[in-house]
Amino acid sequence: MNFVVCLKQVPDTSEVRIDPATNTLMREGVPSIINPYDAHGLEEAIRLKEKVGGKVTIVSMGPPQAKDALKKAMTYGADRAILLSDRAFGGSDSLATAYILSMALQKIHETEPIDLVFAGKEAIDGDTAQTGPGIAQRLGFPQLTYVIKVRELTETTVTVERKTESGRQIVQAQLPALMTVEKELNDLRYATLPNMMKAATYEPEVWDVTSLPFDTKQMGLKGSPTSVSRIFAPPGRSGGEIMDAMNDPAGVAATVVQKIFQQNIIMVSPLAKGGKR
Amino acid sequence: MTVAVDKTKCIGCGACVVECPVEALDLIDGLAVVDPKKCEDHGKCALVCPTNALAVVKKPSKPSDELNSEAGSKFNLKDPLPESVKDYAQDNNKKTIRSQVTPVAGGDVWSGVWVIIEYTNGKVAPVSWELLGEGRKLADAIGCGLSGVITGYQVENVIPEAFAYGAEKVYVIDHPILKDYRSEPYAEAITGLVKKYQPEIILMGATSMGRDVFPAIATKLQTGLTADCTVLGIDPETKLLQQTRPAFGGNIMATILCRTSRPQMATVRPRVMAMPERVDGRVGELIQEEFTLEEENFRTKILEFISSDARSAFLDKAEIIVAVGLGIAAKRNMVIAEELAEVLGGTIAGTRGAVEAGWLTHDQQVGQSGVTVRPKVYIAIGISGAIQHLVGMETSDFIIAINNDPEAAILKVANYGIVGDLFQVVPALTAEFKKRLQHGVAN
Repeated sequence: MNFVVCLKQVPDTSEVRIDPATNTLMREGVPSIINPYDAHGLEEAIRLKEKVGGKVTIVSMGPPQAKDALKKAMTYGADRAILLSDRAFGGSDSLATAYILSMALQKIHETEPIDLVFAGKEAIDGDTAQTGPGIAQRLGFPQLTYVIKVRELTETTVTVERKTESGRQIVQAQLPALMTVEKELNDLRYATLPNMMKAATYEPEVWDVTSLPFDTKQMGLKGSPTSVSRIFAPPGRSGGEIMDAMNDPAGVAATVVQKIFQQNIIMVSPLAKGGKR
Repeated sequence: MTVAVDKTKCIGCGACVVECPVEALDLIDGLAVVDPKKCEDHGKCALVCPTNALAVVKKPSKPSDELNSEAGSKFNLKDPLPESVKDYAQDNNKKTIRSQVTPVAGGDVWSGVWVIIEYTNGKVAPVSWELLGEGRKLADAIGCGLSGVITGYQVENVIPEAFAYGAEKVYVIDHPILKDYRSEPYAEAITGLVKKYQPEIILMGATSMGRDVFPAIATKLQTGLTADCTVLGIDPETKLLQQTRPAFGGNIMATILCRTSRPQMATVRPRVMAMPERVDGRVGELIQEEFTLEEENFRTKILEFISSDARSAFLDKAEIIVAVGLGIAAKRNMVIAEELAEVLGGTIAGTRGAVEAGWLTHDQQVGQSGVTVRPKVYIAIGISGAIQHLVGMETSDFIIAINNDPEAAILKVANYGIVGDLFQVVPALTAEFKKRLQHGVAN
């Protein structure tokens, strides 16, 4: 079977900060990583390939240095990696990004028909969760989002468990299909030595704006309906009362609880019932 | 002479590239780069730059306020847009509307605020009503109507609710195919309504359903979509929806505009907008539409739904949350938090660190990559307060934090910050709460 994994190189967002004084992004020295959710999509693709045979192709869009993420992804056992990189792609929002990626997938699909596409449920820098469904729509594939388990894969269908707020939905989709995955889906493997050696010399293919019959009006800043008009640091919450309970924890606890009841922050009657749950 | 780019300030948002009348700017590797051969020092890029990264180096004979490098910070969305932007927005508007289907008679023609009401398994997601409250403000600001959209099967009970929460019109598609939520038929149904009636703005909760169906609809309509908004505003003149959302793991807030296409679409996080007043007996216009597609048109089927009985599944609806961080040090210490939660009738949650340590499951995680909560009381035990956690809980009504580090960020957002040893403070709190709640005395 033919598996495609959409993968994004992202800054390790826990280390990106905004300087509240100057309102600017402090991003010096922020390391780049494979988007963690995408890594679980890649893992699942490789597991399924090991089970049913086939090929895993990774597709990414980004600046030339995103090759590093693709080379890293190759160490887990993928077969082919394609980087979509061109200045014309820069500044694309999720609608335009999905267009560019879907064009690449369409190209792959024409020569080697795709059975399943994997993507992370969202990228940790943007958190939009829009590119995966956007690709599925453009390719005309059914979309399965928030997948936490692949139950069954047959020649023509895939059955998955999707996570929702109120429970798990078991959905069967006809192939080809696209799924976006949660971290619970699987545990990541470690790269094997042979794969690391293979990846060390592997050079990802780079496709630019001339590689495919792109409509350049649908990409980049001008092809993106949304744009950022302002950025700022999250508003801070004004602090309250600080109490030192190092010496007298019981006394401070009593004071706090008394204040809470005095201000009706917690009331007696409904909670007395709640406590019995 | 040319515009200078301060690379430490540039965030690569591209606003300047769009503004530049002579296409002298480009984004290269995420940074604005000026082509000095093309640049004519209009200074419009400097004016629009959200971070003041651009400055015209040598002042030519232009009004000084336009060329002040600090001018960017004064660009207020409430002000009329600069001429260049207006032209850009208008050109694109025309183009986009032409590319859409012709408006039908009686259609709104890109007017009105719509809220998609999420109705699954016999329940309405409360965020739907919160959005009718928020939609009311937006509709009033631009002088248009507010409508609710209900798609599903046997939804008649939901219709009066939508009116009660403030919808003036309710659009309904009621069909057996829409019984269980599925991306394809829901996207088709809602897209059909949007094409026919052409609303200016469409909102939906940033739930697993909203975040699944909205990207599909936005792609079908070829329009912009902003996910997970926490603040909405609107410019009455341009009717541009100011969609503010956390980005980069919540370290940064970004305000997004959809300048060039309609409708403007956004998903909004549950529990960030206030629940509007429910007025029984309010009525409005009901518009029923047919669903013409057949089951064969769809390639997915729901085999089963396993509802989750874990309390944590409803974390975003919890009134009292007792949350733990790495400060509790070991799984066996969870009992300290559990006892407090038991006494208060609260729900256990925690940080990503606590989840990754295996003390909690992923659906108990509060924060950027978990759930956003807004309980009446949030008790943070041994949580340092990483920004990713804070964005998920800092709108709680009342926050009590216990931490032994007086510098912990959580103490800065807490109403009561208790600096002390949690292993002593928390059991003491539990005992005090127990004493008062069991005796039924408040003071």
